Amino acid sequence: MTAGSPFLSPDIAISVSGLSKRYSLGARRRGQDTMREHLTARARSLLRGELRAESATHLALRDVSFDVPRGEVVGIIGRNGAGKSTLLKILARVTTPSAGHAQIRGRLGALLEVGTGFHPELTGRENVFLNGAILGMKRQEVARKFDEIIDFAEIHKFVDTVVKRYSSGMYVRLAFAVAAHLEPDILIVDEALAVGDFAFQRKCLGKLQAQAGSGRTVLFVSHNVGAIRMLCNRCLMLEEGSVVLDGPADAVVEKYVELLGQQRAAVQSGPRRPDVGSGFLLHPRDPESDLTIFCGEPIVFDFDIEAEQPPTDAKVGISLRVTTPTGEYLVTMDSVVQRAGWIQGEEKRWNVRCDLGRLPLNEGAYFVWVTVCVYVDHTVKRFARFTNAFALHVLENDVFGWGSGLPRSRHWGPLYWAPEWQIQPVGPRPAILHPTSRAASDGIHREAVACRDSSA
Amino acid sequence: MADPQQVIDIHPQRGLFDLDLRETWESRELLGFLVWRDVKVRYRQTAIGVFWFVLQPLLATLIFTVLFGRLAKLPSAGLPYPVFAYAALVPWHFFAQAVTRGVNSMTQERQLISKIYFPRLLLPLGVLLAGVVDFGVGFLVLGGMLAWYGIMPGVAVVLTPLFVLLTIATALAVVTWLAPLNVRYRDVSYTLPFLLQIWMFSSPVAYSVELIPDRWRWLYGLNPMAGVIESFRWAWLGTTPPSPSLLVASTAGVVILLSAGVIFFHRMERTFADTI
Repeated sequence: MTAGSPFLSPDIAISVSGLSKRYSLGARRRGQDTMREHLTARARSLLRGELRAESATHLALRDVSFDVPRGEVVGIIGRNGAGKSTLLKILARVTTPSAGHAQIRGRLGALLEVGTGFHPELTGRENVFLNGAILGMKRQEVARKFDEIIDFAEIHKFVDTVVKRYSSGMYVRLAFAVAAHLEPDILIVDEALAVGDFAFQRKCLGKLQAQAGSGRTVLFVSHNVGAIRMLCNRCLMLEEGSVVLDGPADAVVEKYVELLGQQRAAVQSGPRRPDVGSGFLLHPRDPESDLTIFCGEPIVFDFDIEAEQPPTDAKVGISLRVTTPTGEYLVTMDSVVQRAGWIQGEEKRWNVRCDLGRLPLNEGAYFVWVTVCVYVDHTVKRFARFTNAFALHVLENDVFGWGSGLPRSRHWGPLYWAPEWQIQPVGPRPAILHPTSRAASDGIHREAVACRDSSA
Repeated sequence: MADPQQVIDIHPQRGLFDLDLRETWESRELLGFLVWRDVKVRYRQTAIGVFWFVLQPLLATLIFTVLFGRLAKLPSAGLPYPVFAYAALVPWHFFAQAVTRGVNSMTQERQLISKIYFPRLLLPLGVLLAGVVDFGVGFLVLGGMLAWYGIMPGVAVVLTPLFVLLTIATALAVVTWLAPLNVRYRDVSYTLPFLLQIWMFSSPVAYSVELIPDRWRWLYGLNPMAGVIESFRWAWLGTTPPSPSLLVASTAGVVILLSAGVIFFHRMERTFADTI
């Protein structure tokens, strides 16, 4: 079709070479949206002696190259602003690159956002057809899959209701259902799984997995490293617009998690002053300490407390508190209550190591406060508190081995637990036991770790 | 479109005349859906629906009749002034609405533009074609008015579709230039109402083209809407036909403006997602 196509071998679905994208910051700045502002900005730069108003630019993508063979499922990870979405936007042809080029062989379906193109004033049925057309489906194709789409979205009763009367959950389910039935040769998905309730997310993941299994080429951007590990055989990691890692999904995810931990530790290196009170400094030990963990992994906090005055007369205890990002206390652990010993003597600097074991935290972000309490005669005389001394990032993990991670803490609460269930019929016959989980929580942990190891 | 071996090339630049018109043509089903959506949604939750389109030119006719017909006593080619004005207001109103909606169609669908790829020209095209439905209703009312005044349109009325096409082309020509500018500078959408108002008074809507001195006619003819309106009046009311040379000149002008506009639009379209 075009001059470049002979260079693309038939088994390569996506070929990207030297792709860069430069955004002019001026063009994106809000305040410069009218012509007058643009002209005054230009005039101002002229006064400053510049001939052309060189607006500041930002390289969102720099020299990215990779090939994706047909049928491969590739994940893309990276922190916010690493260029993941820009890359997908270029491949989806929503925007153009500033340099380099890309070739795509086959019919492309891009799902950059769920529900774009839905019209609130149209019914569910009408929107399915409209959205299908926008995503590139033929009318007959949509008609053929219509029942399947409605089944998938579970909105049978509301097919002919105007979409603006839908609950947000129904809306998102229908939108994803349409997109999920697109069935292109190459599917590009950006964070589309972060929608809907958990059960539906699982269903979407399943659908994606089915698509991936059927020889479709998939490019999948997500923050959800659990989903990446589950779906992808290969993973690219982007950092400031460049591909810094490209390899097996498990290895790249592992590195990514490590990197997140390092960055957080680096931020915290050096002594911290208390936010409340005074007299003590906190030195986080081991800047490599990994504060990003998978659900079900052990948590250890290791830090030094430096007293300005050696605690010769007083007894000093340590208290650790885990909170949610919104500041709710989850649990408080106290060395004094547990009679774990005191900080007391001529030494100025003391090491504190607190092994929380496997705290059953669900996926999410948490903070840890450290409070240093000075006791005189068994009462707290004064204290120094280090609010948010540590940030703890718990990543999704399949703790129970049921095929997927647990829901985020904001949906299911911060803690998971493994109670012993007994489910049996109520009737004259002798009860038959169906223990779904006989494992004590420790056993489950072992299982989870084993599961993780096997996937690594 | 479903050709599995089809290769999409993504490049920073594209030739001036690399217009992807084939792709636009292949997306005609989507265009159909966009038109259908627009028709369906436009008058949702209004009590009188499509009659809004009839009502607006009718009210304008009423005002014009009082102001220009009764008070200023402008000549109306020997016809009752309301019919004279309404026959011009139907195409003018379609044109003004098409331009306004077309120019704003980009910014209104910014979500779509920044997340999904499709030939961007479909958006203004869909809005324009959806307006044709209203146009038809306007003609029905005009027919009713003619019956009321006992005026019989001549044979030339069969040429109406041709003139409708010319109106659409004129509106599209304007939109292909102004819509991309509006993506970058929202000033365009603020300026548009004034521009259209000035344009209306430079077109023979409220008055007859005979009011223009002969030596200025050629300049007047540069306004394609002058030719369009005169043609409609001739077709429906049997006024003096517009001079063929004027009609040819303004048609040629529209074709040139439209072709250049489509090229301009395709050049600008590539950065829509970044600047919108």
